[in-house]
Amino acid sequence: MIVLTPLKKFQFPVHAECINPDVFKGKSVKEIAALPVWEGNKKKKLSDIFKIEETPAETPDITINGDATEVRRVGQGMKNGEIVINGNAGMHLGEKMAGGKITVNGTANGWTGSSMKKGLIEIHGDAGDYLASPYRGSTAGMRGGTIIVDGNVGGDSGCYLRGGTIIVKGNAGPFLGFHISKGVIYVEKNAGGRLGASMTGGKIVVSGAVDEFMPTFTVDGIKKKVKIDDDFKAEGPFYVFLGDLAEHGTGKLFVSQPSNPQFSAIYDKYL
Amino acid sequence: MTELLIKNGFVFDPLSEINGEKMDIAIRDGKIVESVSDQKAKKIDATGLTVMPGAVDIHTHIAGGEVNTGRMIRPEDHVKDVVRKTAITRSGTGYSIPSTFVTGYRYSKMGYTTVMNPSMAPLGAKHTHEELNDIPLLDKATFPLLGDWWFVLENLQKGDLAGCAQHIAWMMETTKGYAIKIVNPGGLESWGFGRNVHSIDDVVPNFDITPREIVCGLAKVNKMLNLPHTIHLHTNNLGIPGNYLTTLETMKALESVPNDGKPICHITHVQFSSFAGENWGNMKSAADEISRYINNHNHMTFDMGQIIFTDTTTMTADGPFEFTLYQLSGHKWVNSDVETETSGGIIPMHYKRKSAVNATQWSIGLEIALLVKDPWKIFMTTDHPNAGPFFAYPKIIAWLTSKKARMATLAKCHKKAQKKSLLPSIDRELSLYELAIMTRAGQAKALGLTGKGHLGVGADADVAIYNINPETLDIAKKYKTARKAFDNAAYTIKDGKVVVKDGEVVQNVDGRTIWLDVKTREQLKVDEEMKRKFKEYWTVEYENYPVFDHYVKVPEAITVKADV
Repeated sequence: MIVLTPLKKFQFPVHAECINPDVFKGKSVKEIAALPVWEGNKKKKLSDIFKIEETPAETPDITINGDATEVRRVGQGMKNGEIVINGNAGMHLGEKMAGGKITVNGTANGWTGSSMKKGLIEIHGDAGDYLASPYRGSTAGMRGGTIIVDGNVGGDSGCYLRGGTIIVKGNAGPFLGFHISKGVIYVEKNAGGRLGASMTGGKIVVSGAVDEFMPTFTVDGIKKKVKIDDDFKAEGPFYVFLGDLAEHGTGKLFVSQPSNPQFSAIYDKYL
Repeated sequence: MTELLIKNGFVFDPLSEINGEKMDIAIRDGKIVESVSDQKAKKIDATGLTVMPGAVDIHTHIAGGEVNTGRMIRPEDHVKDVVRKTAITRSGTGYSIPSTFVTGYRYSKMGYTTVMNPSMAPLGAKHTHEELNDIPLLDKATFPLLGDWWFVLENLQKGDLAGCAQHIAWMMETTKGYAIKIVNPGGLESWGFGRNVHSIDDVVPNFDITPREIVCGLAKVNKMLNLPHTIHLHTNNLGIPGNYLTTLETMKALESVPNDGKPICHITHVQFSSFAGENWGNMKSAADEISRYINNHNHMTFDMGQIIFTDTTTMTADGPFEFTLYQLSGHKWVNSDVETETSGGIIPMHYKRKSAVNATQWSIGLEIALLVKDPWKIFMTTDHPNAGPFFAYPKIIAWLTSKKARMATLAKCHKKAQKKSLLPSIDRELSLYELAIMTRAGQAKALGLTGKGHLGVGADADVAIYNINPETLDIAKKYKTARKAFDNAAYTIKDGKVVVKDGEVVQNVDGRTIWLDVKTREQLKVDEEMKRKFKEYWTVEYENYPVFDHYVKVPEAITVKADV
């Protein structure tokens, strides 16, 4: 296992896509120390900004101890192995990752798991905006794998989801699941406005209250339980909505009945 | 006085009929000369290297309204190709629509020295020139879109070719343009009303005129004006299965225009105009029919518009075509420039090997290029960025010069496309000499640029040197090595200055913007009626319309004496 400890509090963003088990594999500490990173507009070596130590433990492959809020692109495109961050993580954590596991014992920043294909990301704090969403302008959303967030997530999370599962145990910001076509998003608490806007398929489940519900969804019925993944079913009852009709979508939106008493006056007559 | 001597290279200069001869090239003050003093001149040892004139691109969208809108709607395109600054070059972004500076650097890196921006809405001319000013290392020119310009339509409708010619002469000066560009003639005007023309005999709304009359009329006008380039035509029904019939009809219609055995029209990105079949399901190649016609006629030149399998951005003044693409793909799109004299659309496009249609398109471009016997008639382009970014040219070079290379790509394509492709039956592999024609000499000749595309005495000292030894390297077999060599020129020399060495930009120089100063016997008088029209229909006043001299950073006016 390689242990990285930041040598200082970073003033500028650090681009460190080299912090990746696939890159570290088979390299000595000396070779790892020489890997290139960018700090602001300066090209540096990994050892210029991190203390690098090797410990005999097998897993996880990489541990970062300390605040890595400014360290971006950790685990980008990783295929195997495990990274643990004991502290906060920076933007684009695990972007386009295709396997392996990342654990953050702290909060994660924007674009965590952006466009990921496979693997597991666990965040034991909050996550920022654009969780699992592709870069601005792109439609290549998350295709597979799992993201679990213990805290809250920001806005525009799960956009263009095409597969995989996102589980949020706190609240979600606005535009959750914008334009998703496949996959599952589950939010244990409340979700922000424009929930599921432009969705054409897939499944969004909200156990808490919903803010500003879109008029382009049609109510289809009530369901007691909804399957999230093989081991977990969310307890309802849930209103079942279909949409987004503005996109001729066939997505399913499950919204908790008890947490949203405002819906009964509007939708109950259609049931 | 600066002197440069390129010693001992294998020179390929088709316009001077030099085919791989070992010789020296002498340069003084930015021009090729007979000889320079052996002691004083700086020397480049080109022993074992291939020396060619600087490459010329006849059709590449690198500046203007559409290009910039394309940049704006595609942040995801830039993020994957970020270019950092160096001590010499500026930072920027690349991929399908590179920023202006990166455009210059990447072209130069491949040995290109002259490029043509083929599509400029006259109302967007100032913007286009501002962007061209910021493209370093290259000589540039831009073609105003005149096929649907109202004064052209009005004059042609009246049958007043001389009047039309005067208006066009005025427009070349006003927009600092170089050639007459025609896109989907009549279609752009129709698109303003949500319609299109579907054959060359459809009538354009509000003007009692057909695409046939526009194309033939402008071809005649082009001749009356003695413009160096022919009319530059993007055909009707572009990108629609079965459109090769329209293309053939257009070419046949142009036979009626007197031509003295010289080309009178350039059909651009001919790949997109050569689809057979009735729908996308049975769409197939019409390369056979099109190339047979080309082989039997001499009044036209062409460029390929070769598909590259990658994620790119399509942009054309052909608004209705882009709308069709939007309906097919459902991708984000922009309908732009309808407020100008043209129309326009931009939509991202990912050409995939595993798509039968895309793979067939890929095959069509190469089939035509290889089936046309005379390399002076067809040139290498990707219609950047429509069929692929320009920096993929070395890939096309590999496909054209090596059957092995194209069969390797074909093997990865959709089965249906593989079955339909004519490529397995074509054994032709272009030589370096033919390649030099398709990438520089032919293009310069078609453009009428007398100082470009050759290394004869008096030519501009634009030279590309590649790390290819024609005696030891068989480019048909070692196509990957050749591709690398064309990707990173050993030297690119612009106006006698070494700007690229071993694929790295080593010096920054400004290129010139070439435009036509057309002298007609009688100059167009901008009368009150014309000013009234500007006031009423244009989005700017007449006074703000022209591109003033100070807009062009390094201008080079070519004076043309017209017959009218």
